Amino acid sequence: MATGAATHDDHAHDDHAHAHPTGWRRFVYSTNHKDIGTMYLVFAVIAGVIGAAMSIAIRIELMYPGVQLFHEAHTYNVFVTSHGLIMIFFMVMPAMIGGFGNWFVPLMIGAPDMAFPRMNNISFWLLPASFALLLMSTFVEGEPGANGVGAGWTIYAPLSTSGHPGPAVDFAILSLHLAGASSILGAINFITTIFNMRAPGMTLHKMPLFVWSILVTVFLLLLSLPVLAGAITMLLTDRNFGTTFFSADGGGDPLLFQHLFWFFGHPEVYILILPGFGMVSQIISTFSKKPVFGYLGMAYAMVAIGGIGFVVWAHHMYTVGMSSATQAYFVAATMVIAVPTGVKIFSWIATMWGGSIEFKTPMLWAIGFIFLFTLGGVTGVVLANAGVDRVLQDTYYVVAHFHYVLSLGAVFAIFAGWYYWFPKMSGYMYSETIGKWHFWITFVGVNLVFFPQHFLGLSGMPRRYVDYPDAFAGWNLVSSLGSYLSGFGVLIFIYGVINAFMKKEQAADNPWGVGATTLEWTLPSPPPFHQFEVLPRVQ
Amino acid sequence: MKMSKGQMGRQLLGFAVAGMALVAGGTASAELGQPAPWEWTLQESASPVMDYIIWFHNWLFIIITLITLFVLGLLIAVAVKFNAKANPIPSKTTHNTLIEVAWTLIPVLILVAIAVPSFRLLFLQLDTPKADLTIKATGKQWYWSYAYPDHGKFEFDSLMAADKKPRLLGVDNEMVVPVNKVVRVLTTGADVIHAFAVPAFGIKIDAIPGRLNETWFKATKTGMFYGQCSELCGKDHAYMPIAVRVVSDQEFAAWVETAKKKFATNPANSFASAGGAVAQ
Repeated sequence: MATGAATHDDHAHDDHAHAHPTGWRRFVYSTNHKDIGTMYLVFAVIAGVIGAAMSIAIRIELMYPGVQLFHEAHTYNVFVTSHGLIMIFFMVMPAMIGGFGNWFVPLMIGAPDMAFPRMNNISFWLLPASFALLLMSTFVEGEPGANGVGAGWTIYAPLSTSGHPGPAVDFAILSLHLAGASSILGAINFITTIFNMRAPGMTLHKMPLFVWSILVTVFLLLLSLPVLAGAITMLLTDRNFGTTFFSADGGGDPLLFQHLFWFFGHPEVYILILPGFGMVSQIISTFSKKPVFGYLGMAYAMVAIGGIGFVVWAHHMYTVGMSSATQAYFVAATMVIAVPTGVKIFSWIATMWGGSIEFKTPMLWAIGFIFLFTLGGVTGVVLANAGVDRVLQDTYYVVAHFHYVLSLGAVFAIFAGWYYWFPKMSGYMYSETIGKWHFWITFVGVNLVFFPQHFLGLSGMPRRYVDYPDAFAGWNLVSSLGSYLSGFGVLIFIYGVINAFMKKEQAADNPWGVGATTLEWTLPSPPPFHQFEVLPRVQ
Repeated sequence: MKMSKGQMGRQLLGFAVAGMALVAGGTASAELGQPAPWEWTLQESASPVMDYIIWFHNWLFIIITLITLFVLGLLIAVAVKFNAKANPIPSKTTHNTLIEVAWTLIPVLILVAIAVPSFRLLFLQLDTPKADLTIKATGKQWYWSYAYPDHGKFEFDSLMAADKKPRLLGVDNEMVVPVNKVVRVLTTGADVIHAFAVPAFGIKIDAIPGRLNETWFKATKTGMFYGQCSELCGKDHAYMPIAVRVVSDQEFAAWVETAKKKFATNPANSFASAGGAVAQ
């Protein structure tokens, strides 16, 4: 490819602009979107394995009534808290936005790199520091006499202030500050890149849907994360400097924290899923060998979901004692989200309709995503109704719901994207057999974990419980057995990656055929260190 | 956690037997006021609000089941009809205005069909009728205190009782209410946020420091009704159950008399006018 040759020529006389460092400098000092994307993905895999191990520890605890592992109940709460924070901030977000976003947004819009390559570097390197702070928090005192933050990922005051006198929560707050700064910098970078660095001819309405999804996502990040940063800074000063923003004793209000938290928290859950929408759209279209059905509807459905996502936050707070008019508003606003979500589900199916579908591994994950996300979506409609949520709030029904949309939605989308782009990123083909085993084992496993949790929630089992009344034993056992199967699925995934790198079966530029029409498939696999030095033209 | 192979085998066998029992017998044997093994529905109702919740949830359940099956059916149809073998030449269709309008408008109609009963239920829950008695429940790390301002202003603590059944639900001093009376529950938190919940009555309300929240129920059946703290409140969050004993009017009056004496000198009493108890 011409671009590859150009790189070498430039290297001879313009070393400064096109340095190609090797060894540790290549990564630590990296300003290259693909290397940084790779680092994000590796980071996400490591954090994901840690977070998954924690969830299995939780399931071992809950396998039988009585206390199995966590004789210090606070430690159980620390595991629940850390599992949530790690999966959200250090697994899903780095994988989707930092990993696939960094890798494929520039490639898909025909740009040589991100707009601010050095800022891209600091965006990534803030994350290991942030993760280190979170891990450190588990080794210092939280609740009196016990280590770590056990206040849940929602860190509600006053449990996170007067309830946790030790410094663990301070570590967690600073960890979130760093992760937030990392994401805000990344968001600025993506917005600038997408608005200014599209190849000639690529109008906004010709952008691949994955780029659209990242664009909407980073706007949500940019608008919601500063609210979280403010809230946790107030938490920090409440804890250390005598302010009383969230303390009723001093004229503050614990509910203020919940409002601020969920004003960030609800857009955050769309941040976790929107890039998945984008990836699934690309994959469904590729393997159906058809363009996306209703492209504009799909793009603006994401914009709508992002917009409405900012005005529904208090549906997480139906039991805090809000007035009936307020609750009625949040019920209505929340249910509206079902409409653009429905448009997306039906458009994906319509994309497949009339297609010539090849059920390669990425396609299996994408179809699995559609079904499981639908299931998680309809239980979301149930929970949107404050009247019913009254009995389901803070029960396992909610746990089942958000794991169906995240653990089975977002994670399935990540695996779909992983298998879809693995040949492009590594240059090697993965094994279809191992990939399909990974899919089916995971599909059965996660459904065994989470489907029975609906029953537990309906029957009244509260979440974040280290031990439960004996009546809940049956479904908890099923759920735990399912989590071991899912854990086995993770091992298959890792084996598949190792297998692909050992076999070194070269991937073609475009291994997926006529359906793969986006620009990344016009480049070699893996792409050259710098691409598109001559900008492609889009008709 | 360590268990021998034999134990594991017995567990799995028990699991299989229980699973078959579920298929054979369903979950009809549920005991009122508490969860039942292998239960997969809401707990049996014991209040008008919970009656409505169960009806409404059934309505929602029908709708979401049909939607899920519809999507699943479409996915199966697509996989059968449009796989590469069955349909080697893909179509180029990317638009169909009629169907796009339909899949936008039909969901709106379904949502309206959900919203109407939803709002009715909401206002049924949140418009408290004239109360026959008021009880104040204070969430503390990690137990509840119940105060009866209308009946002699006594207050007592309710702690989980390790020796009582059902495990993790039984308490030493239950909250006692008369049957078929509107009970207003005021909640607050003493230290961190807790949540007062009784599934069979369809109520759940946070107990927040510095705030006084309100909910209500009218128990239509006598017996024991259990709930659990429903907002993460620290290490013993799982060990502060809520136990409500619903009794007849006469039994309630008798209980009030004994409780007044029994809890007269309770140091937990937060009523300023309750005399010596607060003076210490």
